[in-house]
Amino acid sequence: MTGPRTLATAGRVLRQLSHDHRSVALMLVAPSLLMGLFAWLYSGQPGVFDLLGGAILVLFPFIVMFLVTSIATLRERRSGTLERLMTTPLGKADFILGYALAFGLMAVVEAVITVTFAVVVCGLDVAGSLWQMMLVAVAAAVLGTALGLLASAFARTEFQAVQFMPVLVFPQVLLGGLFMPRDLMPDALRVVSDWLPLSYAIDAVTAVRAGEGGWELWRPLLVVGAFGVVCLALASLTLRRRTP
Amino acid sequence: MNNDSAPALTVRDLHVKRGETVVFDGLSVAVPRGQITGLLGPSGCGKTTLMRAVVGVQKVQGGTVTVLGESAGSPALRRRVAYDTQAASVYADLTVRQNLLYFARLIGARQADVDRVIQQVGLAAQRDQTVGSLSGGQENRVSLATAMLGKPELIVLDEPTVGLDPVLRAELWDVFRAIADAGATLLVSSHVMDEALRCDRLLLLRAGRIVADLTPAELLAWTGTSDPEAAFLALIERDEAHRPPAPHRAFEHGAAR
Repeated sequence: MTGPRTLATAGRVLRQLSHDHRSVALMLVAPSLLMGLFAWLYSGQPGVFDLLGGAILVLFPFIVMFLVTSIATLRERRSGTLERLMTTPLGKADFILGYALAFGLMAVVEAVITVTFAVVVCGLDVAGSLWQMMLVAVAAAVLGTALGLLASAFARTEFQAVQFMPVLVFPQVLLGGLFMPRDLMPDALRVVSDWLPLSYAIDAVTAVRAGEGGWELWRPLLVVGAFGVVCLALASLTLRRRTP
Repeated sequence: MNNDSAPALTVRDLHVKRGETVVFDGLSVAVPRGQITGLLGPSGCGKTTLMRAVVGVQKVQGGTVTVLGESAGSPALRRRVAYDTQAASVYADLTVRQNLLYFARLIGARQADVDRVIQQVGLAAQRDQTVGSLSGGQENRVSLATAMLGKPELIVLDEPTVGLDPVLRAELWDVFRAIADAGATLLVSSHVMDEALRCDRLLLLRAGRIVADLTPAELLAWTGTSDPEAAFLALIERDEAHRPPAPHRAFEHGAAR
């Protein structure tokens, strides 16, 4: 692994995105639009949006980045460019980190836009500070990126990659504490929930919304970060130079 | 390692299975240094698999592939060997120049090199166009240009001239010749038989076996024909009739089995 090749790869991925205005627009604006829809839906029931808005703020970036990353790397596998890259001095970790860096950067921009929109336009009530909210949203997006990179290793086609959504993403959404506080879940599901990274992202955002700093916020954030690192490491380990 | 008489690559007793299909069941062959070696054969005969084994991206079941004195696919070779896949393996959503700049940064080639290869494949006018907006033949040339970046000692090109008009094909073969004259070794697969005559050496592959390993002149003389297409057909007919009495140098290397 070397810095220059990781950076070259991240730059190349961003340059590719810059030629695809529609994808960039969708990636950056769609979460805000959904946020607006959500706020509008619950405009007659005060308090509900404040309760769920935070969770939504981590959910959308997570899902969007998961999808975008798994499709992008799969495309690379199928177009033959990955095979060519594997004959160059590019390290496997360079490839994975290059993608993580590029989409991580997109995640930062997306988080800034979405959090600002949620608070300023939709009036989301946040007791903690805005930068903390953005940090949690970025962490969730990077987690989605890392999981997407890992998932794409197990998908042969774009069709399969999309099918990983119901398997890897939806259970995390259901058990993450958005639909039911995690303390009220049946014991077995609660245990499963404890092993799912998105649960911690939702814990973190709940902490920010309640204005809790300190360990209440940083512990779940650390867990999310650790999951992300493990996924990235696994993703670069499952990348093969030689294929059948 | 600079011994000119040592082959650029040596394949010994190579066994490759792709899915349920046995592609090679003990293939042995050698390719000399500083020459253009043409790899010819009907589609499905194993040309691409052999090239993938040489550049180290093919999973093999057995045998050894030695490239420039090192085991194929070893890290040290990733700078010395360049590979162009059969389908254009470049990014359709980047411009010609952006594609080449990226690959140049990966192998540590200079920026000036990017302009040189763009000139060599005749895409100077399209350099700032996205690859997706180019014609199929132009796209292939971007992919080919990528393999010419830097100063690779072995260039492996899988059907680099597919879909190109005769004028452009001739120009590219002049470029290949210049690269070989400068000391590099080229392994080029093709199914356009008249290109065979522009190679220094020919490997005819059929159903995972080397049917002939000879020079173009030997091919024509041996089959008693004047055009390579007919020579190739004659070779295959003979191979079908009785297994190869052809000049089959691969056996010399196969003796190690």
